[in-house]
Amino acid sequence: MLAFILRRLMQSTGVLFVMSLLVFFGVYAIGNPVDILVNPNADQQDIARAIAELGLDQPLHLQYWHFLSGALSGDLGVSFSTGIPALELIFQRMPATLELAAASMVIAIVFGIPLGLYAGLRPESKVAKGIMAGSILGFSLPTFWVGLMLIMVFSVWLGWLPPTGRGDTVDLFGVPVSFLTLDGWSHLLLPATNLALFNLALLIRLTRAGTREVMVQDYIRFARAKGLSDSRIIGVHVLKNIMIPIVTIVGLEFGSVIAFAVVTESIFAWPGMGKLLIDSINQLDRPVIVAYVLLIVLMFVLINLVVDVLYSLLDPRIRLADSGGAR
Amino acid sequence: MSAAVQSPLRRFLADFAASRVALAAAVLLAAILFAALFAPLLSPQDPYDLSQLDIMDSKLEPGAKGASGNTFVLGSDEQGRDLWSAILYGLRISLGVGVLATVVAMAFGSMVGLASAWIGGRFDALMMRIVDLQLSFPAILVALVLLAVLGQGVDKVVMALVIVQWAYYARTVRGSALVERNREYIEAARCLALSPARIVLRHLLPNCLPPLIVIATVQVAHAIALEATLSFLGLGMPITSPSLGLLIANGYTQLLSGKYWISFFPGVALVLTIVAINLVGDHLRDVLNPRLSR
Repeated sequence: MLAFILRRLMQSTGVLFVMSLLVFFGVYAIGNPVDILVNPNADQQDIARAIAELGLDQPLHLQYWHFLSGALSGDLGVSFSTGIPALELIFQRMPATLELAAASMVIAIVFGIPLGLYAGLRPESKVAKGIMAGSILGFSLPTFWVGLMLIMVFSVWLGWLPPTGRGDTVDLFGVPVSFLTLDGWSHLLLPATNLALFNLALLIRLTRAGTREVMVQDYIRFARAKGLSDSRIIGVHVLKNIMIPIVTIVGLEFGSVIAFAVVTESIFAWPGMGKLLIDSINQLDRPVIVAYVLLIVLMFVLINLVVDVLYSLLDPRIRLADSGGAR
Repeated sequence: MSAAVQSPLRRFLADFAASRVALAAAVLLAAILFAALFAPLLSPQDPYDLSQLDIMDSKLEPGAKGASGNTFVLGSDEQGRDLWSAILYGLRISLGVGVLATVVAMAFGSMVGLASAWIGGRFDALMMRIVDLQLSFPAILVALVLLAVLGQGVDKVVMALVIVQWAYYARTVRGSALVERNREYIEAARCLALSPARIVLRHLLPNCLPPLIVIATVQVAHAIALEATLSFLGLGMPITSPSLGLLIANGYTQLLSGKYWISFFPGVALVLTIVAINLVGDHLRDVLNPRLSR
């Protein structure tokens, strides 16, 4: 077991190293930041000083070495455009993104599982067919366009909810959050719904498929024969058995929700790290781009690692297959 | 065996037409393709010929009459451009980029998959590791980072879409090729001392095609949606190639003042295209997979 975790850890570290190399060389190969970051009216001396300040005069491999040793000590460079350390900038924006992602996951779970359960229990009913058709739409509609339509209907036509921004925030353990104020809620609702749609559709399908599989099992028939109530059969016997894949997917999808938040945040001007990424790309603010990408990669590698380890705890066959080398 | 008189193509068509939804989607898709192909003939104006635009026609509502008496069926944008024409031209670009990226990704991915299955060993292990690694990140994130690195441009968008997609084909083709490799006809081809390239391309590849076609159909829809998203974020197509995503992005600024149509109609065109392709692809999978047939 320990050997397995160690091997996975080493693989993850390798992935991180390769990604840092790819990202660094890729991002540092575009354009000439001097043209963008230094005032065009500045004289030669100012330009030279700016280049030296930003470390752009050194050869690439030295810049990378500088960057890597900095990264390992938690220093990913200073934002070209704001002068604030890149990592600090991202951490400032992170709570907003995490709040948005969590809210969207809650919406997806609260609506997705009951709807999927219903569709799985009465697969032939009209409502179930409507739910399934809706879930297909949830998969195929482009997120950004749905977001625009939500703004159009709920902000412009009905005037119920504000279209952009985060609203009033309250500090919770020193971190600003929106969900504790009414104004914050009204700002959170639209973007969270928008971000939830894909996972809502996914959860409906997963729950439905799981329910249909479980309902024909012998233990359900046995529970019926015992005379258990429907609510107990569904609440205990069905739900418990379909939860394993659902929990896995919810865990794995959290990472992609944060990735997709880039789009939602841009539409609703939600001040999270996704919007920061887009702004930084537009301004060629490379330290921030690199820091964001590395942080996201780190997050994905960690999520995958945790899921792998959890799996190997649940199912020893995976461990054996991996150490045998026969794949 | 009397039913065998039916040619495979006719049987396929009959199977496909059995589902009315899929048939309707196929007809819609054909109409969209037709509209995109013949955009210059179907649109009342060339939306990018500045001499045909009149600034007085700016931001007209759908159905309104312009200064020179022409009707704007779907309204006009800020520059007085007829939206119906802009959508037809936008469809061309969106579909073109989506199809091109999918074809290149399919060709490249299939080659990698075939080579992986045929050569095996370390090469196979390395390739599949790369595929695993890439598929563990969401496509939108990979594409965003790539475009941040590559910059704007049609070629760069296509390249990013190819890089995002090839892994699906590589994995699928490798899977079917591993199964097909051990079949008798491959053994027979080997006994005939045909060259490996000939065996792989003429014997192995055609038998791996059906799942590939299904994935490719659905991936075209994905590519179109992804390109639209990237263009909307301002990282995709340059303004000189106004795809549907760019049209929608253009209307975004007008949306808050109630001028919904500039974003709405290009979006409807995009959604119809994506849904039609997905429905056709879904049904193709059912028809091409004999194990699922009733």
